[in-house]
Amino acid sequence: MTTAGRPIDGSSERLDRPALVLRGLEKSFGDVPAVDGVDLEVRQGEFITLLGPSGSGKTTTLRMIAGFTRQSAGTIEIDGADMSQVPPYRRDVGMIFQNYALFPHMTAAENIAFPLEMRRASRSEIRRRVAEALALVKLEGFGGRYPRQLSGGQQQRIAFARAVVFHPRLLLMDEPLGALDKKLREALQLEVMHISRQLGATVIYVTHDQEEALVMSDRIAIFNRGRIEQLGRGEDLYDRPVSLFVADFIGDSNILRGWFERDGDGGWLVRDASRWRVGAAATARAALDGDRAAALVVRPERLRIVDPGDAGAAAAGANTVEASVRDVLYLGSIRKYELTLPDEQTATVRQQVGGNERVWQPGARVRLTWAVDDEVLVSDPGGRPSRPGDVPTAPLA
Amino acid sequence: MLLDRSRTGRSGRRDRDDPIVNRWALLAVPPIAFLVAFFLIPLIVVSLRSVTDFPRPAGDALANYGRFFDSAANVRVLGNTFWVAALSTVVCLALGYPYAYLMNIVRPRLAGLLLIAVLLPFWSSLLVRTYAWQVILRDTGIINTFLLDMRLIDEPIPLIRTTLGVMLGMSQILLPFMVLPIYAVMRRIDPEYTRAAANLGAPPFAAFRRVFLPLSLPGVLAGSLLVFVLALGFYITPALLGSPKDTMISQFIASAVQQRLDWGIGSTMAVILMGLTLTVLFVASRFIRLRDVFGSFEES
Repeated sequence: MTTAGRPIDGSSERLDRPALVLRGLEKSFGDVPAVDGVDLEVRQGEFITLLGPSGSGKTTTLRMIAGFTRQSAGTIEIDGADMSQVPPYRRDVGMIFQNYALFPHMTAAENIAFPLEMRRASRSEIRRRVAEALALVKLEGFGGRYPRQLSGGQQQRIAFARAVVFHPRLLLMDEPLGALDKKLREALQLEVMHISRQLGATVIYVTHDQEEALVMSDRIAIFNRGRIEQLGRGEDLYDRPVSLFVADFIGDSNILRGWFERDGDGGWLVRDASRWRVGAAATARAALDGDRAAALVVRPERLRIVDPGDAGAAAAGANTVEASVRDVLYLGSIRKYELTLPDEQTATVRQQVGGNERVWQPGARVRLTWAVDDEVLVSDPGGRPSRPGDVPTAPLA
Repeated sequence: MLLDRSRTGRSGRRDRDDPIVNRWALLAVPPIAFLVAFFLIPLIVVSLRSVTDFPRPAGDALANYGRFFDSAANVRVLGNTFWVAALSTVVCLALGYPYAYLMNIVRPRLAGLLLIAVLLPFWSSLLVRTYAWQVILRDTGIINTFLLDMRLIDEPIPLIRTTLGVMLGMSQILLPFMVLPIYAVMRRIDPEYTRAAANLGAPPFAAFRRVFLPLSLPGVLAGSLLVFVLALGFYITPALLGSPKDTMISQFIASAVQQRLDWGIGSTMAVILMGLTLTVLFVASRFIRLRDVFGSFEES
């Protein structure tokens, strides 16, 4: 049953088959659902990140794929084979643990040899492949060291080498860079990504760091309360979040909450005396009926600050809102403005530092403007229960 | 200004806190005095008597040691002492390792009950327990009476006055000293290691043999050493449950001192036993940290 000799690139037939299919995956601990119906299909060679806050079910999902946790319902298919009831040692998936879990009584080379020995590879093949794996992670000459004699970054690389040396069908990583300092983490992000691509490995990566997810992944699955809230490329999630949660979780967002009213192809978002135009495209994407609580999402770099007295500054048809500057943060290449809107909501604007731009001072009364095409409409489940005016206005979050 | 004041304040406190001798160390004086008076001094006295106390005038200081090794019976008993100690260690290990493993994998509440069960022998007198074994094991005891009544045997099987009897009595007393160090080490083994082994393709037994067992070995060594060293000094249990063949050196020491009033040879045997025990500890210290054996399991 040795799978050690399986080619990494695989046949074309294998490439057509999804590397991983999750269907209706559920897991509850007692009465508490940790994973609540996850469906996911991962292509061969794809780098997928499960991203979400702690307790959102991403790690539990990963542990079910590895076989450490038995699912309460649903199926797990790896490389076309149903693995739902298969014990972890026959799943043939490599995993990099959060704390690496390198065996402390074995040297780095013995750690890397372990999965090959379990697959009864010959002694000469083990020697050859351990050397290859050490070279892959640029730690030739470190094979004789024990884990405690290696730095955090080196341990991480050995864990990586151990997880890929047997050419697993899937490579699972559970926040593998979480324990490292920022600089090392950033260097290793690129390295993990490059080596994974080079090996053609299919990677399921768990993190709560959205920047890490954006840097490394082909696609990102945003987890919230045990479900995948949105699945897509980083750009899709950033530019077209499907929910307030995703908009808030990925990147900085300016969120205007209000009441959505349909008007022709598009509509209006109404709050107190203000109303903002919602474009037809955004309305179609959100697939929202009129007359419901909704929110407009605008990214900080899409907002412009203009002089409230300068009527011509805002383009025709653009949305505007009055604001006052609270803080100006100079960050080198950009300047970040924190502003207060009339009803105590806040907004963030990013301005490229070029030298010619107008700089606003704290306390300045300004107007924010953005193009209708730059906004995204999402439903706001936590918003006002009914049409404004029907009930006294509740304070907005 | 503020900074300066806080700095002097802190250093002022440090001056009071760090005298050359921490005053809390004074609390250690009574126990140290106790140990010196009732342990160290008697130990020195015993050691001296082994080279000064002779039943009849003898020329050379080591005469008692010569006398001890001249007697084949003494050497045999000394060897038997080590044999019985080694056997109890093996029996305790065979019983204790699976027991500790069980404690490690069950829920905390059940582990607590198992811990109490293994500690129960500590809470009853050694003498009472050994007499209880006599009641169970002797020819007219519970086991033999039952087997006779069931007509499974025609005459009592020898249980008491055998090495088996000594093993039963000794391992019951010594088992906690094996279980506790092994359990302490097992608890420190991150369950993630076993999961990693499974993930890398190791079936349960291979994962145990290649990963869990080697990681639990420090506990095995610590427990074995503790049991072995304690077993070397056993006295009452082999006396009550064993045959003359199972006699251990402590019994010889007792009879030399109590019956023959021969303090010289008694002290000599005590010094020899202590010397051999220290040798065992010294050899063991080449392989394990003795600190791990005698307490402080939680650190490191």
